[in-house]
Amino acid sequence: MTTPPINEEATEGKVFNVVGQDWDEVVAAAAAGGEERLVVNMGPQHPSTHGVLRLVLTLDGETVTEARVGIGYLHTGIEKNMEFRTWTQGTTFCTRMDYLMPIFNETAYCLAVEKLLGVTDRIPERANVIRVMMMELNRIASHLVATATFGLELGATTVMLNGFNARERILDVFEMVTGLRMNMAYVRPGGVAQDLPPGTVDKIRELLKEMPDQFTRLRKLMDEHPVFTARTKDVAYLDLTGCMALGITGPMIKAAGLPWDLRKTQPYCGYENYEFDVPVTDTCDVYGRYRVRMAECEESLKIIEQCLDRLTPGPVMIEDKKIGWPAQLALGPDGMGNSPDHIAHIMGTSMEALIHHFKLVTEGFRVPAGQAYAPVESAKGELGCHAVSDGGTRPYRVHFRDPSFTHLQAVAAMCEGGQVADVIAAVASIDPVLGGVDR
Amino acid sequence: MSETPENPGPEETPENLPAERGAERMSEHVKRTGMFGAQSSGDTSGYGGLQVRHAAPVSSPRPYGGYFDEVADELERTIPDFGDAVERIVVDRGEITFHVRRERLLDVVRRLRDEPGLRFELCTGVSGVHYPSDAGRELHAVYHFVSLTHNRRVRVEVSAPDADPTVPSIVSIYPTNDWHERETWDFFGIVFTGHPALTRIEMPDDWHGHPQRKDYPLGGIPVEYRGATVPPPDQRRSYA
Repeated sequence: MTTPPINEEATEGKVFNVVGQDWDEVVAAAAAGGEERLVVNMGPQHPSTHGVLRLVLTLDGETVTEARVGIGYLHTGIEKNMEFRTWTQGTTFCTRMDYLMPIFNETAYCLAVEKLLGVTDRIPERANVIRVMMMELNRIASHLVATATFGLELGATTVMLNGFNARERILDVFEMVTGLRMNMAYVRPGGVAQDLPPGTVDKIRELLKEMPDQFTRLRKLMDEHPVFTARTKDVAYLDLTGCMALGITGPMIKAAGLPWDLRKTQPYCGYENYEFDVPVTDTCDVYGRYRVRMAECEESLKIIEQCLDRLTPGPVMIEDKKIGWPAQLALGPDGMGNSPDHIAHIMGTSMEALIHHFKLVTEGFRVPAGQAYAPVESAKGELGCHAVSDGGTRPYRVHFRDPSFTHLQAVAAMCEGGQVADVIAAVASIDPVLGGVDR
Repeated sequence: MSETPENPGPEETPENLPAERGAERMSEHVKRTGMFGAQSSGDTSGYGGLQVRHAAPVSSPRPYGGYFDEVADELERTIPDFGDAVERIVVDRGEITFHVRRERLLDVVRRLRDEPGLRFELCTGVSGVHYPSDAGRELHAVYHFVSLTHNRRVRVEVSAPDADPTVPSIVSIYPTNDWHERETWDFFGIVFTGHPALTRIEMPDDWHGHPQRKDYPLGGIPVEYRGATVPPPDQRRSYA
């Protein structure tokens, strides 16, 4: 070996460092060792582990006898950081957790804060409709990335390109509405940061026309593809009992045959007013999870269409001036920024408005002491936010129950006894995002 | 009338007077002093002497409303010494919290899962909260349970003192709590006794301390400008 083994005292047996283009040497040396059992570290830097996920696989030939998961490589202390910022600033942190579904992170957090404030019923109708619309757009975007990377990890570059291309259309809408493609901090306690800019509805209607074709294109590549079905059908089996024991929700539990969807069972943000179906299959395998995700995308289109019809003019932030963010944004020649009208108002005409603005922006609003738990049906499953207040202007403690974190525990149950190649399909079918896992 | 301040009538003796509002809080520890959070400047407003005390722990009176009564009744029926296992029941903001004595956690949780009238099949993990000023009950572990059968949610809260930070592990009942308990151990130092492999999960294996505890030192950031430092967040200027 060119690279000397490291940490030899911490291991048993011979250690190989695979650095690329040295496969023949590694295989020859492993064969010479005569050892049947092989422990392989897959990741944390591996293209098919969806980020910095480390899998420690014990192999007997091609069979995985033990699969262990190492996480924590992307821990950034988001929950702790939030304790030193105001309640409003919290959205800017939590949006970065699971970076493929920022709107869900923000909404779960804001619903918890609003529950603590006791203002859940006073959120304007328009804000709720916008939240639902953005969440459903985000669900499609997240599922498209899940499917795209899934295809790539199974060796289908075309799937990846088509999936990311379709997702780009949604990110364009996000950029138009919020100014950012990801990590938007758009949903705020009390409503949303700003109203939809002119032309948004037309753009989304255009998107609704275009998306079914994009889905069909992906489905044509995968639904009946012999290689794809061979790699996914009856792979990584996890039935309902396993799902319950391991706390699994979202597309994985729907693929195990249970139509458990918080949008239907415990509606929030007015989901009870929308017509849509919860897709289920009972295959309990990777293929079923893929089919559920694609079907969910199609259902999301229905919800978005209903959102557009329900959009009526009105405020997008709670009327309560003690909570509602005072600053207004406007699109200037150099992008989104402070609204000149609002600046003129507070700097030129009203000292009280300036004081109010200053107090609310620097100090923030106080939240009555207590705790609340707000769950949402995110693209990946139940995303819960447990927020604790001590009565101050900052969260005392915020904890997120991230679905990816919980679901990764199922890797051992799904992979042990299977083939190495199935580990890739199994992890991809969980659709973990390490930003959310490690927070 | 012969009633003078020195000689109060029978209706004004202390036991006959109405309770002073908030008097029950006077034995609680002080949460905050002063009004504006200004410690260093000369606050001459007189508000600097204010003391805000924590609210005394209360139990919610019956009826709790909604399905909460059914859950509480069912739990009370299945646990013989209910009053010993569950210290308090708090209904707040549309959520019910059972404050359970840690010694009885396994028993309560097992019944939550198995009793047909309860059937909380899904646990959505445990989250730690550190209250350094709550003497003898500094560390709290908060569990959320979902019943898919009945479409209900409950919260279970247990506490442990800093001196003996142990809480029984419920991994044997809810395997999903494996990583959640490891995370809570990692961040709060709560030892979940009976956990199959309680090791750090987010922080490196050789890390010292438990970062999400309130007494964890945060440290500042040295800046390469004339020896300046950015102070740790809890020592920065704040408005509240």
